[in-house]
Amino acid sequence: MTGNDVVLVLVVVTALGFDFTNGFHDTGNAMATSIVTGALPPRIAVAVSAVLNLVGAFLSTAVAATIASGLVHSQDVTLTVVVAGLTGGILWNLTTWYAGIPSSSSHALIGGVVGATMAAAGTSAVKWQGLVSKVIVPAALSPFIAGIVAALGTYLVYRLTRGVAEDARTRGFRSGQIGSACMVSLAHGTNDAQKTMGVITLALIANGTLGADAKAPTWVIASCAAAIALGTYVGGWRVIRALGKGLVEIEPPQGLAAESASAAVILCSADFGYSLSTTHVATGSILGSGVGRPGAAVRWNIARRMVVAWLLTLPAAGLVGALAYWTARGIGGTGGVVAVFAVLVVASIAFYVASRHPAVTPENVNAAWTGSVVPEPVTEDETPDEVAR
Amino acid sequence: MNTWINPDALWKIVVVGILAGAGLPALFAVGVRALNPPVPPAGARGYTVAVGCFAVVLAAIGWGISLIVGHS
Repeated sequence: MTGNDVVLVLVVVTALGFDFTNGFHDTGNAMATSIVTGALPPRIAVAVSAVLNLVGAFLSTAVAATIASGLVHSQDVTLTVVVAGLTGGILWNLTTWYAGIPSSSSHALIGGVVGATMAAAGTSAVKWQGLVSKVIVPAALSPFIAGIVAALGTYLVYRLTRGVAEDARTRGFRSGQIGSACMVSLAHGTNDAQKTMGVITLALIANGTLGADAKAPTWVIASCAAAIALGTYVGGWRVIRALGKGLVEIEPPQGLAAESASAAVILCSADFGYSLSTTHVATGSILGSGVGRPGAAVRWNIARRMVVAWLLTLPAAGLVGALAYWTARGIGGTGGVVAVFAVLVVASIAFYVASRHPAVTPENVNAAWTGSVVPEPVTEDETPDEVAR
Repeated sequence: MNTWINPDALWKIVVVGILAGAGLPALFAVGVRALNPPVPPAGARGYTVAVGCFAVVLAAIGWGISLIVGHS
């Protein structure tokens, strides 16, 4: 095995690791509303979502290559750049997950790759217009569009079911909610798993393993599908809780309206070639469902914290990606990439250990919101606020 | 077409988003109401309306899935 083969293996492992964080970071986008309204038991919800993500990943691979090629000049992308970019994406994903902030996994990946590319080849290696028109403008608009659609849907749903007995309404909408959440899961699998497939394919092309116009090989599709499904099944309980309990107290009709809005906006945009952040859309929808229901309380301070994290995602992941690239370059060769990978593994384990004390689990995910992601009254742990600032 | 923003795609996304994302939940709500009228029982007409509503919603879901598959 040559040095390059070692690096290539590390690229694939890191990419699948990112895909895994993508899965558990985004479980809440589809399932948070169903979990908090009791439409599905927490563990069943994540299992259903995992299966649908798996199926979704196999449904379509049309946009797999666009993620990197439309944003940076691909001749500047080396294997080291890819590893560094993925490292930036993973570390930002873990940071926001730990703080219970639903930030965009796609933005973390894009930010990491763009940052590492800039560190390697300068700012001219970035296709700025592609970045603005394909990433930043859709990201700025999509939460508002989803929010308006969800608010309208919520308003109509409550208006139309006036006079229906409370328990009958709850029962009816819980089943509808499951259907709409399943659509979001499926769309997520299609959208997000493809991004990792694209990164691995790009690395294989950069290495010369695949021809320049090659499509994602079957083993790449299968392993990405498995990684995102596994991540979804593990469930990012902190993010689920923040989305489902933190923003708005959600009732089943609101859940149905929010998830329907998310699914409609994501699928419709994908049809126009916009690969939106599922997270931005889902958060916008949930906020909209709070606005649309008369008398519902929306915790705008939590929403504001999430928006701050969204704005930070691209530059923060980019900075980590650039630092990772400089580290790998500084040490040099295969050793540099191995060192970055080792740091990433240690950091990931540290995040995991920190998240256990105290942990958010399927058992306490629905506990009443008392101002923090972690349900128990905590004295020393005020992490969510610290990180958001 | 503007190179930074695509107004044509934008308004289509908004319109289809509202029709599918808000219209279908509204239709679902009509179905739920038809099944559970303020003065029960629902009766044959209620069931017919409900089945019609739910059928349209299911058809739209099928259309959504075919959209995803159509991208491959």
